[in-house]
Amino acid sequence: MRSAQSQFRTALFDPDIAVPRGLLDGLDRPAGKRFDVYRNNVVMSLKEALSHSFPVIEKLLGIHNFSSLAGLYVREHPPADPRMMLYGAEFPAYLEGFKPLAHLSYLGDVARLELAQRRSYHARDATPIDPAVFSTLPPKVLARAQVHFVPAVHTLRSLWPILDIWHFNMTDGAPKPAARAQDVLIARQEFDPSMHALPVGGADLIEALRAGTLLGDALENIEQIHPDFDFPSLLGLLLQTGAIGTVTPINDQKD
Amino acid sequence: MSNALKTLAVAGAVAASFTAHTVTQASAAGQEKCYGVSLAGKNDCAAGAGTTCAGSSTVDYQGNAWTLVDAGTCAEMELPDGRMGSLEALTRDLPA
Amino acid sequence: MFDATRARRPDLPNAPGVGYKPQHFANILEAPAPVEWLEIHAENYMGQGGRPLAQLRHLSERFPVSVHGVGLSIGGEGALDSEHLARLKTLCDWLSPASFSEHLAWSSHENAFLNDLLPLPYTNATLERVADHIDQVQDVLGRQMLLENPSSYLAFRESTMRETEFLGALAQRTGCGLLLDVNNVFVSATNLQLDARAYIDDFPLECVGEIHLGGHDEDMDDHGAPLLIDSHGREVADPVWALLEYTLARSGPRPLLIEWDTDVPDWPTLAAEAQRGARALAHTP
Repeated sequence: MRSAQSQFRTALFDPDIAVPRGLLDGLDRPAGKRFDVYRNNVVMSLKEALSHSFPVIEKLLGIHNFSSLAGLYVREHPPADPRMMLYGAEFPAYLEGFKPLAHLSYLGDVARLELAQRRSYHARDATPIDPAVFSTLPPKVLARAQVHFVPAVHTLRSLWPILDIWHFNMTDGAPKPAARAQDVLIARQEFDPSMHALPVGGADLIEALRAGTLLGDALENIEQIHPDFDFPSLLGLLLQTGAIGTVTPINDQKD
Repeated sequence: MSNALKTLAVAGAVAASFTAHTVTQASAAGQEKCYGVSLAGKNDCAAGAGTTCAGSSTVDYQGNAWTLVDAGTCAEMELPDGRMGSLEALTRDLPA
Repeated sequence: MFDATRARRPDLPNAPGVGYKPQHFANILEAPAPVEWLEIHAENYMGQGGRPLAQLRHLSERFPVSVHGVGLSIGGEGALDSEHLARLKTLCDWLSPASFSEHLAWSSHENAFLNDLLPLPYTNATLERVADHIDQVQDVLGRQMLLENPSSYLAFRESTMRETEFLGALAQRTGCGLLLDVNNVFVSATNLQLDARAYIDDFPLECVGEIHLGGHDEDMDDHGAPLLIDSHGREVADPVWALLEYTLARSGPRPLLIEWDTDVPDWPTLAAEAQRGARALAHTP
């Protein structure tokens, strides 16, 4: 036999299922509609959390569509733990797998951008590197250094103009997105995440560095693919946004 | 690695124009600056507003009946995969 | 085992406090009166860093802070989520709050968090289970916790104890304190056609380490009977203030919290509610 809380939980998410037995009003009559208070609290609070977390998806779909889609999502993917700030991790993939929205292929990546912003907001604090390191360390040393990013930094690569889509929905007067791919850097100065379009190859370079590739090697690789790659301006962006935490010269050459 | 060394020399000169970040706790702890987007998360112990029907309606969880209506801003954008145009044109090829 | 004589006990002032909302940060630093302490929902401060923790650190240097958990599922059928309990410990160790409290309710089941405070039947089996969970919480946190009475929308046929009896037995067995939510008493009493003052008379008031007050909404059940919803979205209702005075006259002054979680008002409106609480405390014998 299923436990009382199992039955309760099942009935919470499915209003077609009868109210569990043994629930009463104050006069020993069946609880009836009183059980709907809990149904309402659970489903509506989870839907509201999703709406808080994905305001751009809500604007893209419209409030009515978002609400009914969220009603499906919260029943299939209730939170795995009580930290509502993390809720919705499976939402991007859910959007991509949802057939009636298959023609809006950018939804998943836009949702990933919203998730990344939230993760950046709650990431561990870290002091950014003093930019002087890049002008004082000799190029030879920098070339053989690993670059570590602060925990609030995220990169997202997309075939869609996700940052333009984001601004079109959230920034007054932002232009309609043009049809192009867009990679995005999410960084956080002090406590407010910011988002920046990355130049072509920028996400590749950052990801190579995150994987531990030495700066010189990563640059060589990028410049082979993109001969005009403008590293100084990318470095400027990374320093300006406080994205870099440390630079660690690797001293493994015998000389 | 000679190209990379040149690049790094130029980048180093650029970096010299940036100053170190200083975190000032008082200002930083204050107002949100991120476009009015609430990123804080919201756990509370309140019950939903005084309606018992919103989460107990069968309308909002029947997946097979889901259709995109009353569209939001997605209808206004003309975006890749060669499928330009209005939402109506796009929804035509949905399975019935 | 939890040693109630050695563990840290709640030490909030017998004064008004409010549930902290980030939009009030500047107001609280500039002109907090009459608010003397703050309560936070633990789960909102379980990120790794950033503004929420920076604000909290800042505020905790000036105000006593109460950590109020809303997700531990102390009434859950299964074992407590040890990872979540560890997160609570991390937060409490870092913040060293004046008080820690949680709810007599369940909210998680089989790895799903349902984000609501769900009801329990008051039986011996529930008592055993909840007492074990409270013991575990107090052991891990190394402090006495307060347990809050729920808002009830329905009753269980299988219950064999009154809620007051159940809470009293828990306090006695585990050494935990109680958080008396006077609005919840009013809501439950109205919904279940009980006498709210009799509930207060029956409540182990000597165990109360904190009192909560919040606003409720009004709905109706299938029979047209009033069904109050604990929405925390408006001013505290007048009959709830009256019930508070009735309570304070019997309990003596207690730390008094105003909860306003939805449709959060501007600071002057919230401070005015706290001021009303301050007056009630001032009239307490």
